[in-house]
Amino acid sequence: MKVGVYVCHCGGNISEVVDIKRLTSFAEKQSDVAIVRDNAHMCSDVGRNLVLEDIKKHNLDRIVIAACSPQFHGKTFMDIVEKAGLSPYVFEMANIREQCSWPHFDEPDLATKKAKDLVSVSIAKVKLDESLERKTMPIGKKVLIIGAGIAGIQAALDLGDAGFEVYLVEKEPTIGGKMAKLARTFPTEDCAACILSPKMADVPSNPNITLYTNSEVEKVSGFLGNFEVTINKKPTYVNDNCVACAMCEEKCPVKVPNKFEEGLTNRKAIYMPFEFAVPYRYLIDESICIYLENGKCGNCQKVCPHDAIDFEQKLEKIELKVDTIIVATGYDIFDAKEKKVYGFGTNKNVITSLEMERMIVHEAEGRPTREVGKRIAFIQCVGSRDEQIGNEYCSRICCMYATKLSQLLKRADPKKDVYVFYTDLRAFGKGFEEYYKRAQRTGVKFVRGRVAEVNEDSKTKKVTLKVEDTLARQIIESEFDLVVLSVGMVPGTGTNQAADVLRMTRSPGGFLQEAHPKFKPVDTLTDGVFICGCAQGPKDIPDTVAQASAAAARAIRLMNRGVYAVEPITAVVDEDLCSGCATCVGVCPYDAIKTELKDDKRIAKVNEILCQGCGSCSAACPSGASQQHWFMDNQLRAMVGAALGEEEK
Amino acid sequence: MKSNTEPKIVAFCCNWCSYAGADAAGTSRLQMKPHFRIIRAMCSSRIDPELILDTLKKGAWGVLVAGCHPGDCHYVTGNYRTQTRIFLLKNLLEELGIAPQRVRLEWISANEGGKFQKVVNEFIDEMASLGPLKLNAGHKAKEAS
Repeated sequence: MKVGVYVCHCGGNISEVVDIKRLTSFAEKQSDVAIVRDNAHMCSDVGRNLVLEDIKKHNLDRIVIAACSPQFHGKTFMDIVEKAGLSPYVFEMANIREQCSWPHFDEPDLATKKAKDLVSVSIAKVKLDESLERKTMPIGKKVLIIGAGIAGIQAALDLGDAGFEVYLVEKEPTIGGKMAKLARTFPTEDCAACILSPKMADVPSNPNITLYTNSEVEKVSGFLGNFEVTINKKPTYVNDNCVACAMCEEKCPVKVPNKFEEGLTNRKAIYMPFEFAVPYRYLIDESICIYLENGKCGNCQKVCPHDAIDFEQKLEKIELKVDTIIVATGYDIFDAKEKKVYGFGTNKNVITSLEMERMIVHEAEGRPTREVGKRIAFIQCVGSRDEQIGNEYCSRICCMYATKLSQLLKRADPKKDVYVFYTDLRAFGKGFEEYYKRAQRTGVKFVRGRVAEVNEDSKTKKVTLKVEDTLARQIIESEFDLVVLSVGMVPGTGTNQAADVLRMTRSPGGFLQEAHPKFKPVDTLTDGVFICGCAQGPKDIPDTVAQASAAAARAIRLMNRGVYAVEPITAVVDEDLCSGCATCVGVCPYDAIKTELKDDKRIAKVNEILCQGCGSCSAACPSGASQQHWFMDNQLRAMVGAALGEEEK
Repeated sequence: MKSNTEPKIVAFCCNWCSYAGADAAGTSRLQMKPHFRIIRAMCSSRIDPELILDTLKKGAWGVLVAGCHPGDCHYVTGNYRTQTRIFLLKNLLEELGIAPQRVRLEWISANEGGKFQKVVNEFIDEMASLGPLKLNAGHKAKEAS
């Protein structure tokens, strides 16, 4: 056996703390170690070639790289070992950066000692590594996309156009998401509906996309290439015959505030979500329909000329098999009522920015919903960057949408006084700073300061704000006709549901966690599950669309070749030692172990396709018959021994 | 770790949550006492009680087992197995006269670098005050109350 040990300086990240000379001379003294080298950057071409050439020239058959975390560069070096003709599993990484030089830079001596132990742990394990082969598995071309806002739509269209079979699931009765509510988009001031509606219309006309609206994903089991999905399709009580003639709506006697319009207008119990909804079809709100409650109305059914009303519709369960999953479940806006000091919900002239968007849409269409007034104030960072509320993060869109709304207000009436009270003005995107400057030139007053008090005049209902202008260092107390709260983003209910169903990890703040913040921004720790848009974290429309296309591309990367590589670190049973007790069968989370009769003896058998390699069965086996490849009992024990400085035997 | 005066801790970390949590602590440059050695497994449920006993026998002052939070296990239910096994093992340790706090189970997620630092520092301090485990062949240890 010939072990090669390679120590990385990581450009000083390691070598400034760990004494490389002491480490390499320690490694040289270990038995079976044939070569020890160090390099400034083992992950560079030079470093990789060093390993490649040594394996060939010196017939090395085991490789240890002492560098960063295997989660960072493990794959890089495995690929090199494989390229050199060895099994990629006769390789170990000693994590002497994240788990040694970085957390112990105050104690270089002890860090060096620890680095030696970590290298000796890796040597102990690598000597017992088996030459495992990567296996390939067939994979199909079906994708489940959860959420059909702009992120889900973009990913679905990209995948559909590329020839993949897409199942797009949306919990609302229409696709379009939050973007459908916006008046204009910053910084270009495109009309949101005008750029979104053609994309929405492309979804049902794409032959590769199957759309389930008013539907929720109830359950997902399985794994990459083999996900089993259960979808609950809720009844709309209106069938495909509907031509949206609106006769039903006229006759419906029940009125409620329209949620899509943020309660600015009312809708009926039978309603069209909005004018460019997809599918363009009416539906009945079952929570308020009189007929569904007591059978006493049925007006809509009576007047419908197309026999489209179907009160018999029931919840439908749809079972699907898909190969990959994209989660595009988006955000909800922060509930401004939680921030009591601003008086939202009690002062009628304190509204949210989304209400303002809808007001502007109605105003522009010549059917105003309410008085805007002459003096308007925006309060920034409502529910964002607020540790009292528990949301430390910046929502990234509020500075620019407030700027946009200020511009739309100024354009409608340049004499309006518009104030924006901000914490920091963040104009980081392409064209944002220019847009902000332009807004300043139109006379919008940007004031740095957090609003401390919001008081309503009991007679006029006007609102007085008290705030410290922290640049001018003076207290401002000023009366406004309307106060707009620039509410931030919180993880959407759909995002919370998806996280539960798919058991996804969350970042601080509650958004879904990516596999790597820089290099795997749309992957998750579960193979074959991707995230994009505001489910991953607050972002604007261009970033959302970019991530959605990225998620589609990452999914295509897995599915396009028709096969994918699987890790061979599955469980294996030594048939001679197995007593057939079936303890392992009970602990397996994947139903991957069955017992069978072999030569009249009952033994456990592992299905290597189903086995995901947790090793729980190996830990449970009372006779040591069940072992996990790459984490065998003897390997774990050898590692423990090395970690504790046990002499080699 | 040859010295008998400094604590020796072995930390078994699952690949998906707690090993990544340890990396996160390092990446954030959170300083920790260096007296622990991490051994990675894919899931905390790979770590059998026998291996933990073996680790104590080989000279560890304490053993930390860290996995994903309940409900977050990458392998669905692995961490629940771990929880049960560690609970039973602690009972056994007490029977053997070994302080059960020498084995510690923690749930540490990939983003909880701060928690990893806190747990490790705390555990090292606790083990330092307990001192090395003294096992006499044929006799019970005498540290459990």
